[in-house]
Amino acid sequence: MNKLKILIILLLLFYSNKSFALIEVDITRGNLKPLPIAVSPLFQDSKSKKNFKKELNIEDLGSEISKVIENNLKTSGLFNPLSKDAFLQKPDIAHLKPRFEDWALIKSQALITGKVLIEKEKLKVEFRLWDVLAGREMLALAFTTVPSNWRRVGHIITDKVYERLTGEKGYFDTRIIYVSEEGPKTQRIKKLAIMDQDGFNTKYLTLGNELVLTPRFNPTNQMVTYLSYFKNLPRVYLLDIETGIQEVVGDFPGMTFAPRFSPDGKKIIMSFAKDGNSDIFTMDIENRIVERITNHPSIDTSPSFSPDGKYITFNSDRSGYQQIYIMKSDGSNVKRISFGKGLYGTPAWSPRGDLIAFTKLHKGKFYIGVMRTDGKGERLLTENYYQEAPSWSPNGRVLIFYRETKSNDKGEGFSAKLWSIDLTGYNERLVETETDASDPSWSSLLSN
Amino acid sequence: MSLRKILRNTFLVILLSMVVSACATKKTTTSSSIDGQIQGDVYIGSDTVKELAKGVPDRVFFATNESILTTKSRDTLRKQAAWLRDNSNINIVIEGHADERGTREYNLALGERRANSAKDYLITYGISADRISIISYGKERPVDSGSNPLSWSKNRRSVTVKAN
Repeated sequence: MNKLKILIILLLLFYSNKSFALIEVDITRGNLKPLPIAVSPLFQDSKSKKNFKKELNIEDLGSEISKVIENNLKTSGLFNPLSKDAFLQKPDIAHLKPRFEDWALIKSQALITGKVLIEKEKLKVEFRLWDVLAGREMLALAFTTVPSNWRRVGHIITDKVYERLTGEKGYFDTRIIYVSEEGPKTQRIKKLAIMDQDGFNTKYLTLGNELVLTPRFNPTNQMVTYLSYFKNLPRVYLLDIETGIQEVVGDFPGMTFAPRFSPDGKKIIMSFAKDGNSDIFTMDIENRIVERITNHPSIDTSPSFSPDGKYITFNSDRSGYQQIYIMKSDGSNVKRISFGKGLYGTPAWSPRGDLIAFTKLHKGKFYIGVMRTDGKGERLLTENYYQEAPSWSPNGRVLIFYRETKSNDKGEGFSAKLWSIDLTGYNERLVETETDASDPSWSSLLSN
Repeated sequence: MSLRKILRNTFLVILLSMVVSACATKKTTTSSSIDGQIQGDVYIGSDTVKELAKGVPDRVFFATNESILTTKSRDTLRKQAAWLRDNSNINIVIEGHADERGTREYNLALGERRANSAKDYLITYGISADRISIISYGKERPVDSGSNPLSWSKNRRSVTVKAN
């Protein structure tokens, strides 16, 4: 039945004539055939143009915002934004009422138009999404924000368009926190860094005086948890990105590491190592109550909650080698779920709840893959010399991870970079960063 | 069946089981003799080794994913213990390290386990636990930046350093 549906959608996509209704993007496969879409520059009147120049030092803000949208759509792998050179209609007129024949002529199936202006020091935006073949409006929205947020305007518009055309929430108005890396392998300088999902607005949150690792976003707010070697004591810290205030999490005598938030953002789950044994604990952020979750003489680490908070996945070498397990959130009913060849680690529970992403090491190669929560249906998405630590986009469609290259005997040729790949295994992409980068973590949607 | 045949069959079975068990053990046995510096996946050279004191090596090496002390490691640690007994005013930090071929978080735990393996051995040789603190660096501080089995074997280590 499902297959039939997909087929019908495909038929509609490729063979529909004008009498057929709304376009849809099939997202069950990868970039099978990206949807041709035209993003008209957002219209601005001459007064706003002067204001943008004064306030933001940007000549043509409407055009800049449309570039943000185009880049997002292209990166998703599901859309093919068409070259503006071919556009026949002016932005202001197109926004009022597109001449659909003109847009169909350049093979565009969908069209985005819009308008930006400054009113009382606020950026006022409106945009519309049009179905070119059916000749009708699919979506119209208006909102206001502060002018400095103009890139986010592009991300929010992309999210709305993506949601309307795919039926899934978007992931564009989001940020990535990661570890910026510089210097030789033996003395790597690491800093916490944060950037928009598309690589813009990079900010460094620590100075690089101490080693920092594995930052993770709180899914409900702008808090981050990470591991810092401050004063040579490796401990889990909590950082408020807005205020810059940091604090140690919990009062443990030994190393705490591998932190993550619970889905409600109220607890931190992490490992605590003592006397050669690592177990998993949670700490309630508000009342500071610490609870032991696992108690086993093996290494138990890299815990990750299911989105409903009822289960935890983690990796343990209790079988002799690193494998993936799930258990109830109180630590009962521990069950191994990885049984393929090789070692399995860094399980990350999908925000949709149905899949666990992981790193696999087999015969000297590293893989990023996904399996169902019962361990069945393992799919390896990408193979490389070294890569690990997948983190999900908030809609559970894209994974971001880091990849290291092999160095020669002198240590030359080494690099660490962020990469993303679709759940489908298609659309693998380098995520550009100012420096080398590792340990990415994807935020939830900033708006709505 | 003649006795000879039985004997030959038995021999074959033994031979086969030897082959099977050889496969089941560490896959790294093939690389066991890189420049004569690796034995059974453990580094036995002296390239990066420093002295904690005269004639007392500062570090011991581990096999992949292991924290078990080899005969040579135990020998090194007994030397460290003897020196620490003679210098009771000195406290130490044992740093645990892993190679780059594992996930970051697991390697942090593995480094902690290796450092404790060395610590426990020193304790059995009479060194007070109060004098020993440990820290794991996981794969964050390799001593050799190459990406090859020899480099990795040098990085799978615990290093004893003076704390004061």
